[in-house]
Amino acid sequence: MRIGTPKEIFENEARVAMTPDSARQLQKLGYECVIETGAGEKARFSDEDYKAAGVEVVKTAAALYKTADIVAKVRPPEEIEIKRLRKGQTLISFFYPGQNTALMEAANKKGAHVIAMDMVPRISRAQKMDALSSMANIAGYRAVMEAGNNFGRFFTGQVTAAGKVPPAKVLVVGAGVAGLAAIGAATSLGAQVYAFDVRPEVAEQIESMGAEFVYLEFEEDAKDGAETGGYAAPSSPEFREAQLAKFRELAPEMDIVITTALIPGRDAPKLWTADMVALQKAGSVVVDLAAERGGNCDLTVPDEKIVSENGVTIVGYTDFPSRMAAQSSTLYATNIRHMMTDLTPEKDGVVNHNMEDDVIRGATATFEGEITFPPPPPKVKAIAAQKPKAEVKEPTAEEKKAAEAAAFRTETRNQVTLLAVGGALILGVGLVAPASFMQHFIVFVLAVFVGFQVIWGVAHSLHTPLMAVTNAISSIIILGALMQIGSGSFLVILLAALSVFMAGINIFGGFMVTRRMLAMFQKS
Amino acid sequence: MEFGFTTAAYVVAAVLFILSLGGLSGQESAKRAVWYGIAGMALAVFATLVGPGSGLWLLSLVLIAGGGVIGWQLANRVQMTQMPELVAAMHSLVGLAAVFVGFNAHIELGNVLLLDENARKSLEGFAALLAKKDALEISILRVELFLGIFIGAVTFTGSVIAYGKLAGRVGSAATKLPGGHMLNAGAAVLSLICLVWYFNTGGFLPLAIMTLAALFIGYHLIMGIGGADMPVVVSMLNSYSGWAAAAIGFSLGNDLLIVVGALVGSSGAILSYIMCKAMNRSFISVILGGFGGPAGEQMAVEGEQIATDAATVAAQLDDADSVIIVPGYGMAVAQAQQAVSELTNRLRAKGKNVRFGIHPVAGRLPGHMNVLLAEAKVPYDIVLEMDEINDDFPETDVVMIIGSNDIVNPAAQEDPNSPIAGMPVLEVWKAKNVIVSKRGQGTGYSGIENPLFFKENTRMLYGDAKDSVNQLLANIS
Repeated sequence: MRIGTPKEIFENEARVAMTPDSARQLQKLGYECVIETGAGEKARFSDEDYKAAGVEVVKTAAALYKTADIVAKVRPPEEIEIKRLRKGQTLISFFYPGQNTALMEAANKKGAHVIAMDMVPRISRAQKMDALSSMANIAGYRAVMEAGNNFGRFFTGQVTAAGKVPPAKVLVVGAGVAGLAAIGAATSLGAQVYAFDVRPEVAEQIESMGAEFVYLEFEEDAKDGAETGGYAAPSSPEFREAQLAKFRELAPEMDIVITTALIPGRDAPKLWTADMVALQKAGSVVVDLAAERGGNCDLTVPDEKIVSENGVTIVGYTDFPSRMAAQSSTLYATNIRHMMTDLTPEKDGVVNHNMEDDVIRGATATFEGEITFPPPPPKVKAIAAQKPKAEVKEPTAEEKKAAEAAAFRTETRNQVTLLAVGGALILGVGLVAPASFMQHFIVFVLAVFVGFQVIWGVAHSLHTPLMAVTNAISSIIILGALMQIGSGSFLVILLAALSVFMAGINIFGGFMVTRRMLAMFQKS
Repeated sequence: MEFGFTTAAYVVAAVLFILSLGGLSGQESAKRAVWYGIAGMALAVFATLVGPGSGLWLLSLVLIAGGGVIGWQLANRVQMTQMPELVAAMHSLVGLAAVFVGFNAHIELGNVLLLDENARKSLEGFAALLAKKDALEISILRVELFLGIFIGAVTFTGSVIAYGKLAGRVGSAATKLPGGHMLNAGAAVLSLICLVWYFNTGGFLPLAIMTLAALFIGYHLIMGIGGADMPVVVSMLNSYSGWAAAAIGFSLGNDLLIVVGALVGSSGAILSYIMCKAMNRSFISVILGGFGGPAGEQMAVEGEQIATDAATVAAQLDDADSVIIVPGYGMAVAQAQQAVSELTNRLRAKGKNVRFGIHPVAGRLPGHMNVLLAEAKVPYDIVLEMDEINDDFPETDVVMIIGSNDIVNPAAQEDPNSPIAGMPVLEVWKAKNVIVSKRGQGTGYSGIENPLFFKENTRMLYGDAKDSVNQLLANIS
């Protein structure tokens, strides 16, 4: 079958759904690849690159739609593109079927199968085709870059001959994929990063990226993100108030604010209100990654960069991934390629649209003339539900000291008991045993003691050689046999001779095999 | 030559032996340490030959040389996968030698006691030593040699059975005669009665009965222990062979025998302790054989085992930056270590971080996997212990499990009712992808279902480990 990628017709869209690299991989799956001329130009992939990768370049979009069995693109189709679809054709793109009902119905009427990349369920198996995450990652990074571009100072603090520069303070609101990416980018530039999220379970992730989690003193059964497929759920009005109060407190200090808060299927919550912007210092920057859905900031104007009255820049671009088209195309094309891999289990270039598969079923919006959106909940839960954590009390200094003292006491007690019992035993033996025995007994006890001390130091990896060597030296029993072999009795000589013989095998065998083993241990 | 010289030589030999064991703390110092051991042994034998009490020099030397040739041949021919068998077989020799030497001491004692005062004075060698003892010392001597024979006999049959199990000549499953541990206890009680009997009479009969009972205990005890517990068994027998030597040393009044016996005995005891700890089981429970019954309902395992093929795994390895290989007994059985080493080399040549995670009880002998990997020329600095590598699994792209099962079972941590609950395991399931190379769908030695195989990020590569890895090699340039 043929996979085709048209040029994106959405204004300023620079991404492309197929790269020369992904085309090579798709061909390995048995597909032929077709691309509209100039489709990759804005992402810096020339027609020649595609041709070199074995991709057929066609002149017009119409021709492409005609020849391709599967159309892979980035943006949801526009009306004209819907018209070009035909029965049995598969369309893979972002689709947002929840918001674009009319579009979905139109596509369905055409008889096309629509796979919405934004509907890929969030389960571990599907991570490789989770295009929302890969785009959000880019958006998060780019948001920091845009902020830096509009921010008049360093991110990192410096002490220079020309004076001291404080580090920039960055607040990231919403620690989803984009938020975490923004945290990572900002911390690696040296900024002091604070992050907030309504889901308390992400605190760990935030801290792992090097930011400080902004705790909210609020008594409520926080909703577990696992129930909503890893996304945030709307919060109560009281919670919202507490949250806004916290932001107001932080606003004057923050140089850069990056908001990424989105709730699936709703307008973006207003979290950075006009009065917070008014509290900020002049020259501060707000980057609103939720601008497309109305924005988290009151003052956001989608697709524009504005400056507030008190000199705060508010960036409301909606096309962050598109601004890094080469990177985002590569990732998106890989997501598409993984989706195709799952669609072609046989690697024979024929789509097997398996509606039993959780991932494929979840992403399919229309199939064989039926609207299949919304999908049933996946059989596998996205993220394991959080088990309620037992309250772990941090022991106070005194408690710690007491615990240590107690441990020390028990250890001392154990050791003293052991010594006392051992000592008493030896003394007891000494009372009855003759001196000649005690001499040997002392040697024995000391040898056991030395043995215990020495053996603990042996490396785990050398336990087999240790056994071989102890084996060899335990044939020291040969001494006993050698002492007896001079006896007058024939039976004694015979038994002693046998013992000498066996011990001889052991001595040579044991040492030889140890040497052989040790010689094999090599450093890289 | 004078007695003083022999004692001095023994002191030097004892120091050399201690250094030899101590040197095993590192791979490089270990290479030197073996020579200390060899020198110590040579010195000890030489000093004994020239010292008081020996005779028949020529015969002794011929016998040592003869045994040496056989030992040399054995050591050179043995496959590294057969190490456990070899070690077990060698333990049995020490045990048997201890029994013989003990019998000799008994016979000599009998002979000496029959002589009169004057004749005793004219004795030489070991007999002369015996002749000097008073009544109390002779009683103690009897206890000592009785113990020496007892431990030696248990070591002998135990090691023979362990050898048979490891070499596959005896079924490795745990089998017991009807009566189970009561039989062992009965034999032990019988031995105790014999001890009292022998202590009072000094006759040969109690000694013979005890020897038979001890031989039976060794046989029956080890028959009742399954294959995967062999690391504990082999170290335990190692320990016994040491204690036997020490007991004989007491009865012969030879300090070097006592020192070395004690060293070996404590070494084996520590190894057994480490092995038991790695399985989170008490020494007693291992020796008495078998797992205890589950404490309650075990967690049901959900999901299915998803099979994969060599080409896919090769692609995954190709994409990965960090790979950890967890080998187990299956690798040894399939002799796959060379292929695994080749795989490691190729992956490392591509700049990937390849390491090995070794569980303390992987294989049939303490440190078994390390020796196999060393044989296949895997550098030892990428072969890590469980504690060193356990924290790195979450950052690892691919974990390859080759022939191990219980040591990577997440049930040990997740299911408090699992028979292996609390056993320290390699946390492989935290890695991004887990590949399990396994012969079939069966459960491991302990018969416990392994939830790892049903995890979402686990793929099963069925087939003989060596064939599987060779197929991987065909797919990785």
